[in-house]
Amino acid sequence: MERAILRVTTKILFGPIILYALYVQFHGDYGPGGGFQAGIIFAVAFILHAFCFGLDQTRKALPQRALIVAMVIGLLFYAGTGVATMLLGGNLLAYDVIVPGSTHYAGQHYGILLVEWGVGVTVASTMLTIFYHFTGREPDIDQEDW
Amino acid sequence: MSEFEAHISPIVLLDLSLLTMLLIVAFAMLRSRHLFAVVMLSGIYSLLSAAFFVSLDAVDVAFTEAAVGAGISTVLMLGGMLLTVRREKPAAKGRAPVALAVVLATGAALLYATIDMPAFGDPNAPANDAVGQRYVEETPNDIAVPNIVTAVLASYRGFDTLGETMVIFTAGIAVILLLGAGSGRGGRKVADREASDHDASNREAK
Repeated sequence: MERAILRVTTKILFGPIILYALYVQFHGDYGPGGGFQAGIIFAVAFILHAFCFGLDQTRKALPQRALIVAMVIGLLFYAGTGVATMLLGGNLLAYDVIVPGSTHYAGQHYGILLVEWGVGVTVASTMLTIFYHFTGREPDIDQEDW
Repeated sequence: MSEFEAHISPIVLLDLSLLTMLLIVAFAMLRSRHLFAVVMLSGIYSLLSAAFFVSLDAVDVAFTEAAVGAGISTVLMLGGMLLTVRREKPAAKGRAPVALAVVLATGAALLYATIDMPAFGDPNAPANDAVGQRYVEETPNDIAVPNIVTAVLASYRGFDTLGETMVIFTAGIAVILLLGAGSGRGGRKVADREASDHDASNREAK
């Protein structure tokens, strides 16, 4: 089989990278990280997939149309959280109204998790979109061309 | 307000060595005409910056620099590089003295400005004094998340971060419009493939 070590390594690493992205995403309140970094790490897992199996295979696994939808959903998720806090009677993105009367700032925690999720989805799908469009234009390169 | 004194410590030496390595990498990038090497060196530059940010206790910034600068930027620069030539053209020599004079003047002005700067890490520095101090003091009472950076990013300045997310979204839309030409499939193959094949066969014929 062609490039067996590369294939096996990619298959072993893919899951942990996604898991680490989710950890960074949901652990941003407590440690370094958050939506921006998690989105990038998530995209990097698929870029590794594209490097190993070819861009066409990655496009089948995660089509460009789904990425455009995810870009919009992430941004609307963020903005929607802001609109929701306004509908609940607070200011834009003032999360305390999500859980009113909480003694341990539950509203803030939920609000931060929600907007970070929006950021993560938008960043991951946008980075993959840019990657698809840049590498998708390229005719196959010869090994000597480097 | 207490006086803050800067002094030479092992950490300062570590910072200085990291900054020296940054300088070396920057000069190597300037000297190299091989674009692949330049892209790789820029990734190394970002990784060194990330290490520098860690030593400054800015782990969130370091994380972002490592992920964005060393990771995805390098990949995108490689992707962009594949669309162009592999070697940079040599720069025209004519304007070199003017450029050198401008760079030296700017560098001298910046060095002169550092004399007035507060000591490194001074808590009374203007940058730490006003709103930064307030965030550090009030986060446990207002937000109660352990990572103050997240509290500032997502809650105190949630509206700013909404704008940043929109900037990223806009960048994605712009790339789709410019390179994808409205196709939902994620970019087309470049059209001049036959032309380059043609050139290659011409060369072989010669």
